[in-house]
Amino acid sequence: MTIAHTPQEQFHTDSKVTTADVDRRAFVRKALGGYKVTRAKTESAYTSWQHARDAASAIKYEGLNHLDEMLTQFEQNFTARGGKVFWASNGQQARDYILGLARDRGVKSIVKSKAMTSEEIHLNQALEKEGYAVIESDLGEFIQQLKNEPPYHFVFPCMHLKRDEISALFEKELGSAKTDSPEELTMIARRFMRRHYLEADMGISGTNFIIAETGMISITENEGNARLTCAHPRIHVALVGIEKVLPRLADLALFLPMLGTAGTGQNMTCYNTMYGGPRQPGESDGPEEFHVVFLDNHRTRLLADPEQRDALHCIRCGACLNVCPIFKNIGGHAYGTTYQGPIGSVITPHFRGLQDWKHLSGASSLCGACTEACPVKIDIHHHLLHNRRNAMKEKPTWWEKLMWKGFAWFMNQPKLYALATRFTPWALELHPLIKATPIDPVSSWTKTREFPEAPEKTFRQLWAERKEAGK
Amino acid sequence: MSGDREAILGRIREALRVPAPRHHEKPALAPTSTVTAPFREWLPPVGPEHEDRVAVFTRLSEALKTEFVDCADLAAAAQHITLLAETNGWKKIAFHAGELTDALAARFAPSLTRLRIETSYDKHELESSDAGLTECECLVAQTGSVCVTTRSSGGRALSVLPPHHIAVARRSQLVADLTSAYELLAQKYAASGYPSMISFITGPSRTGDIERILVLGAHGPKKLTVLLVP
Repeated sequence: MTIAHTPQEQFHTDSKVTTADVDRRAFVRKALGGYKVTRAKTESAYTSWQHARDAASAIKYEGLNHLDEMLTQFEQNFTARGGKVFWASNGQQARDYILGLARDRGVKSIVKSKAMTSEEIHLNQALEKEGYAVIESDLGEFIQQLKNEPPYHFVFPCMHLKRDEISALFEKELGSAKTDSPEELTMIARRFMRRHYLEADMGISGTNFIIAETGMISITENEGNARLTCAHPRIHVALVGIEKVLPRLADLALFLPMLGTAGTGQNMTCYNTMYGGPRQPGESDGPEEFHVVFLDNHRTRLLADPEQRDALHCIRCGACLNVCPIFKNIGGHAYGTTYQGPIGSVITPHFRGLQDWKHLSGASSLCGACTEACPVKIDIHHHLLHNRRNAMKEKPTWWEKLMWKGFAWFMNQPKLYALATRFTPWALELHPLIKATPIDPVSSWTKTREFPEAPEKTFRQLWAERKEAGK
Repeated sequence: MSGDREAILGRIREALRVPAPRHHEKPALAPTSTVTAPFREWLPPVGPEHEDRVAVFTRLSEALKTEFVDCADLAAAAQHITLLAETNGWKKIAFHAGELTDALAARFAPSLTRLRIETSYDKHELESSDAGLTECECLVAQTGSVCVTTRSSGGRALSVLPPHHIAVARRSQLVADLTSAYELLAQKYAASGYPSMISFITGPSRTGDIERILVLGAHGPKKLTVLLVP
């Protein structure tokens, strides 16, 4: 018998395990420390990074607040160039469409470049169930696919794995020789992937930006696997979240360098490629068919919340994960979400249910590092507070309601309050006797932390003394 | 068949009836901004002269591990490619029909097999080539990038499938920043139709997926050479 866990229970169990893995935490922390240094250096080359953020936020605002016009403009331009657009309200519709395409066109094998949208709708599982071989071509995604594990971080999918673990995995799954060289491991994957680029019938990609003006999608990558995925397979399918719009092609002159800087600390990611249709007359290669699948999957639910609409500005650079003290400690898998880290904690409750995922909003120190790191100025840490408030408003718990009522009553009784503050220092003196035991009312806090010491005098005493002295 | 088009557009329009608050300063316009690029002033600057552009491109190429050679003439560029072919033991080089590429290919050693791409080609032949030679739309100093398109550079695969990519450009093709590059592309293609692929290549293919250690040649070229000719 399997025990059904709620996402919250799962989160508590998993994060307890991952935080206890001190070695892995140190390993991840070290990797992210390197990011911090390179990013700061790249950022300093801008005349003004802060103004660039303002400009990026303004452009995203413009695109998102005219989303209907942007998407129809894209559709018109893209269709005129021989592309096809399919609009999917949910994962089921998107999967059915892509499966239908594969069936109709007699597809045998599929090569994929990185697409978080496909993780979101479990596309690979659906395709594999129907007997299609799907190969992830991005190195990190390929490793995670072999390991049968979701990405750890939506930009660095296998950042938690050490080279010997990857070598062992390749030995087992690909029959390669043992090695401790990251270069040799990369070359094993390179050799394996080559024939798939040439022989696959269908290439599936995600996208980073939708360009309304010219009917193009833009893909950012370092490895060249997306370039190859979109070159020889005769069908190209891009699975695209509808929020990724930019009004103009020239807007990319801002977004491409900013995505590289915030994402990995590069001044520009290695390949930034815009695709505007299938192979055109006179061109020497490229797919015969190009399908863009627009995916809503509850994005319109988030769009309908004006207070948090800017969470859809996200360009998935992963910067908020890289700087987050919670991510560094619990790691990517404990979240149990497609999109990890602070931005994932903001958007997942909108995509998958507020009551089931509200606990993620509590997994934050509210330090604001995420908001500061965000290249498009999403107010991430305040949105976590908004989620907490909304969850409570939607479904208040009786004990919390009672507690606030009691608190409000108590705070309105000055004499009682004065009396209580007199007793507090004594209570704190006695607290160590019950610290972290079941009868300790704050045991979930004190189990792993020291309680702060009480000051010698209360505020009221200090105030009275000050008044006395001032007289 | 376009799926749930009307339902999705309906939900979007319903959602947008209430405007969202702005979190950015408005206006975010720099004093000398243009309508198409109100952000240009905030990005990494490049000086006004050709020499400034060369200096920035040289510095970034070094950091990116791109080999950048400012050649005196076409003959010097051809000589550089011949040298690369000899040192690395190349047997076959692929290139596309083009003014610069054809002129360079005419000077290659006769022992080097040539694969000339016109309207279509054998992909297995391309995969077994040691190098791919292409022209480009422009070079971008600000980011150290080569801009290739399906029109300018022999399709989608030539610049990414062979293990060594050589891009050749005229000096006048070295532009200051990405905005200039997009302006150039718009002038050339906005009216008649853009190529089906536009790609900014910034250094040889790379990955840091294993322990964040940089490895060149993940899936694309392990080496990138940029030749500038008058």
